[in-house]
Amino acid sequence: MSELRKQRPKFLNLAEIRLPLPGFASILHRISGAGLFLMLPLLIWLLQLSLGSAESFETLKAVTGNPLVKLILFGLLWAFLHHFCMGIRILLIDIHVGVEKQAARASAKAVLAVSLALTVVLGGKLFGVY
Amino acid sequence: MNRIVVGAHYGLKDWLAQRVTAVVMALYTLLMLVAVPMASGYDGWRALMSHGFIRFATFVFIISLCYHAWVGVRDIWMDYVKSAAVRLVLHVATLLVLVGNAGWATQIIWRL
Repeated sequence: MSELRKQRPKFLNLAEIRLPLPGFASILHRISGAGLFLMLPLLIWLLQLSLGSAESFETLKAVTGNPLVKLILFGLLWAFLHHFCMGIRILLIDIHVGVEKQAARASAKAVLAVSLALTVVLGGKLFGVY
Repeated sequence: MNRIVVGAHYGLKDWLAQRVTAVVMALYTLLMLVAVPMASGYDGWRALMSHGFIRFATFVFIISLCYHAWVGVRDIWMDYVKSAAVRLVLHVATLLVLVGNAGWATQIIWRL
């Protein structure tokens, strides 16, 4: 009998957990939210530069021209778009739209795809592709 | 006494606040998606942001964002930080950062 007894306490190995697609989209919602929170001071500073004076507006252009800043903004762009799309999915599920397993999987897939696609399109603008 | 340090009775209120602030921010995003491309250069951008309604909307957005971030970040601490003492410190730090950010962002748009 003793070998049948489960090992307690049970520790979860984050590296071994394989999340289903909606779970994956969900943890990205949390990660993107945390990233946006941590980068709030940067975003507010950029807002301040953009509105301070004509000179600080030029400083803003110089700061956002820096490749590292561009990369951070690109990441934040994805974070915002994923958080936005996933938020709409959560609100829809709250009002009982797309609760069934198949629909929930499809909407999670749509959130991942749409936010990535929009990141590429708007990121192209950020990097001056067009 | 051996009490489990968890909150109580704020679950529904915060759940609802998270949804309401999310909708407010989504609407603001759509508003700015239309308004910002119409403003060009520093003067246009400044004129847009000092417009009475936009300033009102931006302020509501800032407050919504900070409340939303408070609930979200607090949930992260509650899920992963097991020590009540560390959690308390992180909760207070999060609140202070968010209140400070809200004040900073508000004075930027209010002095225009």
